[in-house]
Parts: sequence; structure tokens; C-alpha cells
Amino acid sequence: MQISDLELRIWRGDAGGGELISYSVPVREGMVVLDAVLWVQANLASDLAVRWNCKAAKCGSCSAEIQGFPRLMCKSPIAEYGERITVRPMKAFPLIKDLVTDVSWNYDVNKAIPPFTPSDDDLRSSEPWRMQQKDVERAIEFRKCIECFLCQDVCHVLRNHDAKGVFYGPRFFVRIASLEMHPKDTLDRRPLLKGKAGVGLCNVTKCCSEVCPEHIKITDNAIIPLKERMDDVYFDPVRWALRRLGGGRKLRANK
Amino acid sequence: MERYDRERMELSSRDIVARAINSEVHAGRGSPHGGVFLDITHRKADYIKQKLPSMYEQFLKLAKVDITSQPMEVAPTIHYAMGGVRVDAETGATTVPGLFAAGEVAAGLHGANRLGGNSLSDLLVFGKRAGEGAAAAAKSGSSAAEPRFDQREIDDAIAGLLAPLDRSDGENPYQLQAEIQETMSNHAPIVRDGRGLEAGLAKIVELGSRSESCGAGGSRTLAFNPGWHTAGDLHSMLVNAEALLRSGMERKESRGAHARSDFPTTDEQLDDVNLTAEKSPDGMVVKPQRRPPLPAYLAEAVRHAYARYTPEERE
Repeated sequence: MQISDLELRIWRGDAGGGELISYSVPVREGMVVLDAVLWVQANLASDLAVRWNCKAAKCGSCSAEIQGFPRLMCKSPIAEYGERITVRPMKAFPLIKDLVTDVSWNYDVNKAIPPFTPSDDDLRSSEPWRMQQKDVERAIEFRKCIECFLCQDVCHVLRNHDAKGVFYGPRFFVRIASLEMHPKDTLDRRPLLKGKAGVGLCNVTKCCSEVCPEHIKITDNAIIPLKERMDDVYFDPVRWALRRLGGGRKLRANK
Repeated sequence: MERYDRERMELSSRDIVARAINSEVHAGRGSPHGGVFLDITHRKADYIKQKLPSMYEQFLKLAKVDITSQPMEVAPTIHYAMGGVRVDAETGATTVPGLFAAGEVAAGLHGANRLGGNSLSDLLVFGKRAGEGAAAAAKSGSSAAEPRFDQREIDDAIAGLLAPLDRSDGENPYQLQAEIQETMSNHAPIVRDGRGLEAGLAKIVELGSRSESCGAGGSRTLAFNPGWHTAGDLHSMLVNAEALLRSGMERKESRGAHARSDFPTTDEQLDDVNLTAEKSPDGMVVKPQRRPPLPAYLAEAVRHAYARYTPEERE
């Protein structure tokens, strides 16, 4: 059942430049922005580049900026907007074409994070590992991440300052938190947090939490606890004073 | 659901629930959008939000239905491709030298009906085997692992892929894709019959000849051009559709997820018969083939699994 027509403005172009192009789309009941974009692709612009897959907000492919806000297109009902909708690609990543960006920097960062490392005893044990339920629940929240990279897109450290060389971004603080807070993990990633991951650059504006389609409390539950862990070892004034008195005992985390 | 599975009710296996929904809709007892209503409101709201957070949110946000207090409309969608590329179980090797497959694209592991949760274990076990198989074949340098092409075949393949770009007045590939989907939904649905499958095959053959003159949608760009990609995908979709229809016609029984209204019972004579589709000079040919006997350790495991049930429960 067609309700009305929608003016859908889609950014078309590549790294060399481009512009917003207007398309008129018949609106049907229950339509989401991705439906409208795919209607344009099938009927008006066959070479319109867009990534999408599951249409159920679980694959994290159809990230874009709708009316300027980072959103999953499959989870954005047309009815929530007016009769004119503007869709642009994510701004924080290099543009490939139209709505498709190159997010491969994220995969490189991911590889740079030391993975889950249990103790040798745990690895050798034939017994099932036992964990407290609260530890399980903490990990589950972080593992809900679908890697849509909307948090990376909205984060001003990456978006406005393009600090990709010195800052890993919210997605990877979530991953580091899931490892650091895992009771069976043995590594200490605090030197990484202070160094290359650059958690100190986050000034807690919570934009990442606001755009997360999985509603992970990125700032409250991942970034702030990580900042505290790092501060605890590097910036605690009592420890600093004791170190001065005790004569230069090396930080454990600096090994 | 008590009409269909009194014991397990809504928790019955997926194929039974799907057929039950199909029957209810055909009997005129469906919901306004052609599905049925699923009601879980006997559970506490907190329990639903904790156990089904995504479903709760999606129904609320996209359909404005609160599943903690209202029934939700549901309908079956495609289950799983139980058929697929024939592979060697130990290495994942296909009959094409150097090509290995695992997961939903590979056939045989789940019989006629994959049960819930089994595709993940399939991927873990057979993904590892296929990876190791491919690595071993590559390292051995054996000629069996090396596909051989002559230059003419390569040139033909490239020309075939590029051809839609030059057909500026060719048919819209998205339109053909939509017609393939529609044909398969109408002619190979949850419950099929011989006549419907045959009529579907005629349509797929016709779509096949139309796809040969299909364009890329009007744009000549090679950069991230989904219209062109869709034109290239049509061939694979048509091969799959044809194999499914021909095998469905050939399998004159109902088994697992393959339900035929004209042959509603399972034919025990076909317990160990697989159907293989092969390319021949006259087109695709589907042949019955005896399944090789299970290796002893597997036969033993199956016997154990079956022994846990009484014959009545096995039905």
C-alpha cells in the first residue's frame, strides 16, 4: 500500500568529489531508509553503491548518516523523518563510492590488539572453566558489538581530528574492555591503552554510546573503567610519591 | 500448534512449525499480512526483554508492537539450503580441482533437514577441515589441486562478465532477480507439488534465456557497480533454482524440509538415495545416486543416538 512520495537525497560520488542527488520514492507501510535506497538502486540508479546484508540490524553493514546522524539504514523507519530525507556516507572513513566507505583501518587496529590469552594451566585443564555470572554478563554486553563502526564515525577524535595514528576509537575500547575484564585472561593491556590506543584522548562526550545500535554503554562501562585502570597505575599521586621514595621501582605495566 | 505437534507445541522443529503456519494461512485462519500470530505474553516482560532483546526492540521500533503485551505477526522465510556443492567430507574438496567448500554452500551434512544450532558446529568442524584440506593440497603441489584452464576459456569468462556493460538497452538485472525470487516463492514453496515445480522450471528456463541478453542497468562503470554485479550473479541464481526444482520434481516423497502435497509420505526406499545435478551437453541432468555407507564410527554414533528413543518417538 503506497502512502505517499518521499524525496530521498543521496550523496553520489567518489573520492574525487560528488553531490547530493534527489530521487522520488514511493513510500510503503513499514518502509525503512534502506528499503528506499534499494528501491532507487533497482529502479532509478543501478550503479548506486551501498553495502547491506541482513536487513535485521545484526550484520553492521548499512551504516550511513541520515539527516546528519550516524545510523543503520535498516533500522531507521521512514515514518520517523519528514518527507525529505538526506543520506550521506560515513564521514570518518575514506570514501570508495556513494554510500560505501573504506573501513579497513578498523580491521588493522583490531589485529594490533593482543587477543584473549588464558593461563597455561587453564589451557591444559580438561575441566570446564568456571566464571561468576556477573563476569559473564559484563562480557556479554561488550560482545553484542556488531562492528557497524557508527561509534567510530561519530567520535570527534576520529571524525574531526582524524587521529587514527594515535587513537583506537570507541569500538576498540569495547574490545579491550571485554578482554581486560575477562576473568580468564592474563595479559595486561594498560601500556597499550596509555600508548598506541590513546584512551586518554577520549574526553567522555558519550556520543559513541548515543549512536550504538546495540545500546552498549560504551563510555560508562568500557572507556571510563579503562581510563581508571590506566590512571591507577600511571597517574596515582600516592604511587608516584612512593616510587620517588622507594627509588625508581619500575611500573609493572611497563615491563 | 496442538493440531500439529501436541507434545512440543510451538517448540516443535522448524519444518513442522513452518508447515503448520502454511496450513493455517491456507485454511483462511492467517493474520492480516498473511502470517499467524505468535503470543509470548504469558512470560514476564523482564524475561522477554532479557532473553529476546533484539526481537523486542525491532518489533517495538519497526512495527510499533510491544511483544511483552501484544501478539506478534510471524511468517516462515527460507529455512536453509540443504542441497549444495558435493564435497569430500574429510577435506572439503569439490569435484573441481583446487576448489574447496564448507558451510551452507556444501551439501550433505544435514540430510533433508538442518536442525537449529547445527550450522555453527558445521562451520567450525568443516571450515577447519576445508581450510586444512586446501592448505595440504596447495603445499603438495599435486596436479589434482590445480585447476586447468586454457586461454580461450579465460577469455570467454571475461567477455561474458563484461558483456552486460555493453548492452545499454538490455533488461534491468534487478527486475530479473525479483522475478527469479517470485518464481521460486510461488513454485517451490514450503509445500510443493509436481505440477507447480514443473511450471516453475519452465519459467526459470525462460528467465535464463532472458538473462543472456540482460544489461547492467545502464551504467558502464566498473567501480562498485551493484547493477553489474547483479547481472553477473543471475547465472548462479538460475543454476541453483534449476537444480532445486529438478531435484524437487525427482524426489517423489516428503522428507525433512521437502514436503510434497502429491507425495505426502516418506519413501523408505529413498533413505540412502541422494540426487546429484550435473551439467551435460543437453543441459542439467539430475540423477539418483546411492549414498555411500557411513564410516563405522559414524554409524555407531547414529545407532547410539537412535537407541535413546523408543520407536514411537522416532516417528
